[in-house]
Amino acid sequence: MSDVLAVVEQRAGVLRSVSHEVVTGARRLADALTGRVDALALAGGAVRGAARLGAFGADRVITLTNAAFGAYAPEGYAQAVAERAQTGDYGAVLFAATALGKDLAPRVAARLGRPLAQDVTDVLVEGGVVTVVRPVYAGKALLRLRFGATPALVSLRSNVFTPVERPKAGATETAAVAIPAGRVVVQEIKAAAVGALDVAEAPIVISGGRGLKDPANFKLLEELAAAFGGSAAVGASRAVVDAGWRPHADQVGQTGKTVSPTLYIAVGISGAIQHLAGMRTSKVIVAINKDKDAPIFKVADYGLVGDLFQVIPQLTAEIKKSRA
Amino acid sequence: MKIAVCIKRVPDSETRVKIASDGKSLEEAGVKFILNPYDEFAVEEALRRREHAGAGEVVIVALGPPAAQETIRTALAMGADRGVLLQVERIPPDGLEVARALAAELRDGAYDLILFGKLAIDDANHQVGPMVAELLGLPCVTTVAHLELEQGRGIAEREIEGGVEVVAFPLPAVLTTDKGLNEPRYPALKGIMAAKKKPLEVKPATLGPGGLEVLALTLPPERREGRIVGEGAAAVVELVRLLREEAKVL
Repeated sequence: MSDVLAVVEQRAGVLRSVSHEVVTGARRLADALTGRVDALALAGGAVRGAARLGAFGADRVITLTNAAFGAYAPEGYAQAVAERAQTGDYGAVLFAATALGKDLAPRVAARLGRPLAQDVTDVLVEGGVVTVVRPVYAGKALLRLRFGATPALVSLRSNVFTPVERPKAGATETAAVAIPAGRVVVQEIKAAAVGALDVAEAPIVISGGRGLKDPANFKLLEELAAAFGGSAAVGASRAVVDAGWRPHADQVGQTGKTVSPTLYIAVGISGAIQHLAGMRTSKVIVAINKDKDAPIFKVADYGLVGDLFQVIPQLTAEIKKSRA
Repeated sequence: MKIAVCIKRVPDSETRVKIASDGKSLEEAGVKFILNPYDEFAVEEALRRREHAGAGEVVIVALGPPAAQETIRTALAMGADRGVLLQVERIPPDGLEVARALAAELRDGAYDLILFGKLAIDDANHQVGPMVAELLGLPCVTTVAHLELEQGRGIAEREIEGGVEVVAFPLPAVLTTDKGLNEPRYPALKGIMAAKKKPLEVKPATLGPGGLEVLALTLPPERREGRIVGEGAAAVVELVRLLREEAKVL
């Protein structure tokens, strides 16, 4: 019997929704370990939305506050999480495999001298021991690993652990922690366009490739994304990122982001192996391409052969209609 | 400026994965190995910093099998000064063991900067750089896509969800590099010839038992064969119907 520590994230004092996934994964693991879930938030003050984590399976929500914790403070966060992880009987410490989580987890692992598995897509308990599954070779294979030491440190890939709500509230507690300001300081966050969703976190991703012919034509995909009412992000193939049409932050594939949205729509993308690697775990894949022999159709659940310049505006209109 | 760049030998990104007979590793026969693409950004950045300073040394450090000497030579051909191979039979699955071996090598090197690629494209462990920083007690910024260094301090930019984080740090420091930081150069013929004569020290690395055991390496489940809904804009209505009623994603 041991507990699970779920490290949750806030930005500007508001809980990030990816935290629901981390607590859901922690609940699943804690049930298998017959232990409790402690959700741990690090912040400058109270975190809006943290109290509701009980509904996702947290038995206790702990907020550690520090004047330096408003923005991500890598060294301070690592010290606070490592210290907390040593206070209880934790069989596992879970993070979100986000920019923050993937930076924080190795620091905590090194401080604790414990192994870490990043970006896992499954976590379970076998014979009382934590095992995980993580994609390797850019998703071309799956590696199953067993932890030989506790706590097991694990970061969970976004959009894989579907949040499950239960009618239960967790206890909440807030404590100030005295930790020296670190040497690495986040000075500012340059925000992307307002409301822009990250491709790694969006439930719907619409990606464009060379078939769009011109950077200006990505407007078609942005209009389609808008038709989904704020739940869709626009991604891009490596070819168009390398050509400078779209920022690297939007690239899906082996040297970009790995995404697992509910719906992935590939538009004018032929489907090079390194692109497929980045999106093959999407739940439903739609491919729209004028070449009926394009490899993308091999992984697509639904394929539509045609001229995207006619198909996409039509699709945008139909999505708007279906959501009206 | 004295800069260490930690690199890894990885299978080419076009590799078709076959599982070896042990069911736990990649079948390496016929696989082409390359310098990890993210490490190229680290090597390039180190070379530019040395060139900009007009003096200094760029040391390539790798942990890997004997064949990783070729990978180190690639970085030397790009322009690095010397290499160190911490030789092991196999790279362990536990990144902390790799980090410990690298930290032991780097600890007394008096480096101003220690650079890593943000991840290796084979095991995508995504952890060795910041672990080395912690073990050495150095400040660290990961996934750096823009970098300014001046008088012992640095400003780095890193992509986060929906934005860019601007981070200040003092030197010496450990940084991991992301695509977008620079355009790595190709080794010129002259560089390739020169690399053959550059010093490359090979020494055995001592690894601990590690805390992760590989149970299995498997191919992902094949996606169920999809279907072509139709051709042209006329098929859009049917596509949306299927997404709503069959796939239930709308």
